[in-house]
Amino acid sequence: MTIVELNHISFWYEDGSEPVLRDVNVQFHEGEVVLVSGRTGSGKSTLLGMFNGLVPHFSGGTLLGDVRLDQKSIIGTPPRELADYVGFVPQDPLASFVGSTVEEELAYGMEQLGLDPQTMRRRVEETLDLLGIAPLRRRALRTLSGGQQQRVAIGAVLTTHPRLLVLDEPTSALDPIAAEEVLATISRLAQDLALTVVVAEHRMERVVPFVDRIVVVDRGRVRIGEPSEILLDAPVAPPIVELGRLAHWHPLPLSVRDARKHARDFELPSRHKPQTENSGAPDISLSAKGISVTYGSKIAVNNVDLDLFRGEVLALMGRNGCGKSSLMWALQGTGKRHSGLVDVSGQDPMNVTADEARMLVGLVPQTAADLLYLETVRDECAAADEQAGALAGTARSILDRLAPGIDPAQHPRDLSEGQRLSLVLAIVLTAEPDIILLDEPTRGLDYPAKRALAQIVKDLASREHTIMLSTHDVEFVAQVADRVVVMADGEIVSLGPKATVLAESPAFAPQVSKILGLSWLTVDEVRDALALGVSDE
Amino acid sequence: MAPTDTTVRQPSHTRARLPRELHPVAWWIWAIGLAASAAMTMNPWVLLMIVAVAALVVEYRRSDAPWAISFSFYLWFGLIIVVIRVVFRIIFGGSMGTDDLVLFSLPEIPLPEVARGIQLLGDVTLGAILSGLYDGMRLAAIIICVGAANSLANPRQLLASIPPALYEVGTAIVVALSVFPQLADSVKRVRKARRLRGEPAKGVRGIQRIVVPVLEDALERSLVLAASMDSRGYGRAGSVAKKDRWITGAIMIAALIALAVGSYAFLDATAPSQLSWPMMILGLLLAAWGMRAAGKRVKRTRYRPIAWQSGEFIAVLSGVTVAVVMKLVASQHLDAVYPSLTGWPELVPILLVIPFIGVIPAFATPPALRDEDTLEVE
Repeated sequence: MTIVELNHISFWYEDGSEPVLRDVNVQFHEGEVVLVSGRTGSGKSTLLGMFNGLVPHFSGGTLLGDVRLDQKSIIGTPPRELADYVGFVPQDPLASFVGSTVEEELAYGMEQLGLDPQTMRRRVEETLDLLGIAPLRRRALRTLSGGQQQRVAIGAVLTTHPRLLVLDEPTSALDPIAAEEVLATISRLAQDLALTVVVAEHRMERVVPFVDRIVVVDRGRVRIGEPSEILLDAPVAPPIVELGRLAHWHPLPLSVRDARKHARDFELPSRHKPQTENSGAPDISLSAKGISVTYGSKIAVNNVDLDLFRGEVLALMGRNGCGKSSLMWALQGTGKRHSGLVDVSGQDPMNVTADEARMLVGLVPQTAADLLYLETVRDECAAADEQAGALAGTARSILDRLAPGIDPAQHPRDLSEGQRLSLVLAIVLTAEPDIILLDEPTRGLDYPAKRALAQIVKDLASREHTIMLSTHDVEFVAQVADRVVVMADGEIVSLGPKATVLAESPAFAPQVSKILGLSWLTVDEVRDALALGVSDE
Repeated sequence: MAPTDTTVRQPSHTRARLPRELHPVAWWIWAIGLAASAAMTMNPWVLLMIVAVAALVVEYRRSDAPWAISFSFYLWFGLIIVVIRVVFRIIFGGSMGTDDLVLFSLPEIPLPEVARGIQLLGDVTLGAILSGLYDGMRLAAIIICVGAANSLANPRQLLASIPPALYEVGTAIVVALSVFPQLADSVKRVRKARRLRGEPAKGVRGIQRIVVPVLEDALERSLVLAASMDSRGYGRAGSVAKKDRWITGAIMIAALIALAVGSYAFLDATAPSQLSWPMMILGLLLAAWGMRAAGKRVKRTRYRPIAWQSGEFIAVLSGVTVAVVMKLVASQHLDAVYPSLTGWPELVPILLVIPFIGVIPAFATPPALRDEDTLEVE
């Protein structure tokens, strides 16, 4: 049965501008899980907002065509009147919560619909069980972890018994394990409740095994089909698919299990161990001893020793809230430190002025936009030059190297996630720090943007900068990192070369090594090895 | 586990009351009763007794929620009020009568002719200090009673029990309550991030560097929240005929006019007195009717509302009784209620006993939910 139907949909935000979507025709059926993919700014969110009227009622803009839910046209119906039919879970659950405790939040939608108290009570209990959040019922929403918040946000829209569940990047802020849990929950809902689920996600490698069909939004055009046919030539694809394309596997494998079957007959030249440059002991650029960070009675970082080597990329991984950010802020010298010493070429960034500290260690915080406060990119760059005492135009030239072609008159808020990150990175780099710390730089980036970031990071490392970055993205780590640190509960649990650390735990293993064995980490490695192997013959 | 029993057995008799949250309105009425009785007297013994009763009830019936910890803050606040009052009386002393006892003398600071009648320092009398002390204690007791209500009543539940016609206003306050801590987080984050971009600029520039990102963040958050509330059904149109809406509007305007006329007559002595009370009452009745009519428009139910049960009645009754009995008894013991300022305040046993009626909720209402109750016992 068809649940949603988009007929000849075209959409513009402003008259006369390029349409965001043009002549879109898609149908979703009952109980199916559909992935909406596409590059950042391709119109994914616009497409999602169409199902419950947020577009155009909330966003503004001109909509042509017809949206039908359950055979009824919903053109002109505001989102609130569709609340009992479409459950919409926005990207940032915490910002979208209305209540203060889990139970209040679950009941909110039903209160708006005016359901009777017995029904509300019953459904709240059912939903608590369905999502496995019953022990959290009285907890304040602010105190929950990211994965728990996401599950509460899903539960909060399920209580109104919608037929269609729309999720905008449900796992983008989650660590791999929490993301698995949320996705498993979503696929169970589709099976148990015959719920139609539409989910937009950048990190397709996590979602593809769960979905029935894929919608690709590419410059306003939309294609829909089975994953194996769509992924053959989709502009964005997870590593498993890229590997499949590279090895000409047919049908295209979508899960690690399928791919392994193909891999049995896949001849690969034996892997050369990467040459470790044994050119003497590595040059230590930052040395931290016994770093502890506490908040009240909570210990965020517990007695951590860490050395960073010149020209290396160190990836910091671990659960949400395991102390990654606290450690980074403490190393930069701005964050408070309970005890411990940091040594950057003989100086401790905590004991010098803020200006001197950021010339030693630069930090791009998780919400990079916190650093921006001016109206145009031009002003921001000029301010950065002035603040760093650099020659006029320094920041701009760094920005052009990182992300060429940004209009200097643009407002920083209007930039894409990747461009804004580049701008903040350029501002931080203007002070010429030897060591650069990046807190969750891959958040909200699509594959091409991540590839560009990886290139930037490698370039910086080759210019003798030391890079330390925290991320949940295993595939990104496999691409860029030299060494990996895994933290848990404020302590370092493993530290070593990426191949060793990533292989040690199944949760951190990239898809390629799950398929081809532990010596392979990325598709690029396989591609290079194949090219070499061919030329050897 | 969802309950599978369809029949809910009512226990025939309850030995111990199960912990639950008491209706916030009940706590407020109890506290207002206590505060009213404090307002009727200056006797320090009685005031101390009222504060002790409030503290006892809070200690026995508060929950672990963040607002419940605020009571000690109100106690300190009360103490500060008393101290300030007494210090003011010492500085701006002045005798309370001819039989006033001079305790000690400070050098008086002569004031110019303009400030005649104001004495700065000089003789400090027992009467001045006692009147400051009693006055301060009364104010402090009233504030501590309000503090007791604040620590006992759940502010969100209180907002949830406002009439449906004011639902939108209530929602705005609830949202503001939850957004405020986020705003504080955001300010903290941006202040920290500022150091990553060089020394903070001075003056307007410095403020701009905090205000701009924080406001942009707040604006983005509120847009996300608005979209989320809209897509979850907030503000669904009820089915109200156009005619009904007109009638509701007319009633509300009539109520407003009646209240305006009434309060004018009440405050202006030259206006005909028959306008004051009747118009006020008429205005209030019309307003209540209008609210009811307007409330019908809101098709909304409440999840797990707190039922008004015997516990609530006990709390309300005890509060109201304290106020009423105090009013009746006080008129017969005026010299004890307003003690003389020349010696020890009078001790009248019956006045000391009255506040004890207010202690009943500490034992007779169901206990509050504490953390050990909410932990899963499996």
